[in-house]
Amino acid sequence: MKPAPFDYVRPNSRSGVLAALAEAGEDGKVLAGGQSLIPLLSMRLASPKVLVDINNVPEFSELRVTSTHVEIGATVRHEELFNSAHAKDAVPLLAQALSYVAHPVIRNRGTSVGSIAHADPSGELTAVLALLEGVVTIEGRKGVRQVSGVDFFVGPLESVINAGEIATRVSFARLPSNMGTSCVEVARRHGDYALAGVCSALVLTEENQVDRARISLFSVGPTPIVLDVSEILAGPHSLDEKWREAARFISSSVEPESDIHASASYRKNLVEVLTVMGLKNAYENALSRMKEDK
Amino acid sequence: MTEVVFDVHMTVNGIPRSGNVPARRLLSDFLRHDLQLTGTHVGCEHGVCGACTILLNGKAVRSCLLFAVTVEGQEILTVEGLVNADGSLGPVQQAFHECHGLQCGFCTPGFITTISAYLDEHPNPTIEEAREAISGNLCRCTGYQNIIKSVMKAAEIRNQVAIT
Repeated sequence: MKPAPFDYVRPNSRSGVLAALAEAGEDGKVLAGGQSLIPLLSMRLASPKVLVDINNVPEFSELRVTSTHVEIGATVRHEELFNSAHAKDAVPLLAQALSYVAHPVIRNRGTSVGSIAHADPSGELTAVLALLEGVVTIEGRKGVRQVSGVDFFVGPLESVINAGEIATRVSFARLPSNMGTSCVEVARRHGDYALAGVCSALVLTEENQVDRARISLFSVGPTPIVLDVSEILAGPHSLDEKWREAARFISSSVEPESDIHASASYRKNLVEVLTVMGLKNAYENALSRMKEDK
Repeated sequence: MTEVVFDVHMTVNGIPRSGNVPARRLLSDFLRHDLQLTGTHVGCEHGVCGACTILLNGKAVRSCLLFAVTVEGQEILTVEGLVNADGSLGPVQQAFHECHGLQCGFCTPGFITTISAYLDEHPNPTIEEAREAISGNLCRCTGYQNIIKSVMKAAEIRNQVAIT
């Protein structure tokens, strides 16, 4: 398995990258970590005429954690983001989700922004972007635009990025201390594509009651699916009963497909089980964050 | 159509190497075909099996998921480079030898490189951690139990070497 021939350019600057992409148009493809792209090229499922290697642009490798945001440059590797204590502190869901992203050897090279731009519906970070309404900065020669959350995704392996454009940065707002998050999934082998996965985020009141709660699902639809369960969790029942009720609602709201790895009904079942686990974990995460904050 | 070739330069196992290759030349093929370093094995060629794992600037990566041209000027370490300075088996290689960590041996170079990089950062793994550390590599002889023993043994050898 060898990729088809392509032209290769490695600009040293942002403007060089934008010029190369503009010139290549529909025939161009960005090469960042390449951990999803190169298999596609080797299997000849894709054969772009021009690869624009962005790894030589210093500013793209910046990971910035400010008092308000985590800003991830286009060539920041998963493993760097995963190991950043500051990023973990600001947006714990990033590290929670990244622990499931492939294996460390792949994470050493693969990029977080690239994995979002790849828009694989089984990608953990796509669900994180959708849930936390992370903002993707898309640049082209005609200008810069920003797209957030689920609006970024069009379909499987398809985002709103047009030919000649590139996602240069993804930014997440620092989570409030009364918000707890979690990511849980089931895969045949840790690091493989999930059969189903659930990211959860819930916000507690000062009395530890659930104020708002949202769920983002991956591997069960063409794009990440975000659902609000605040109302269900506001009910008078015990927490355990509420988690189960929310999980039944979530499971009944999705229409996963069957494939060689799992049937649709098994996936629905997984979604239900994972939602209970995910909400519980997110609740505990919120409690511990609020305690730390005090 | 004649394909454009690029001059590439990199340090492999401490030795400066170079070649003339088309952009699509995978690093795994560059090592094996252009540099004749056939210790790096090629299994699935799409990043699943881990047999082609090498160290790029000290970090374990799949050489089949990199183009040679993209690692211009960087440092590569392959299984051939993981021997001791005197040419004897390195700690992880020695551990595989002692614990029967290989059967057919096809996957072994990928395990040796992955485990070496892992132990650099985690010198005292638990058995659970050792299992997790090798979860990205496939052994079709399914000799995982002995590979996990090898990880533990390699850690022991490395720590002994560090003390003496």
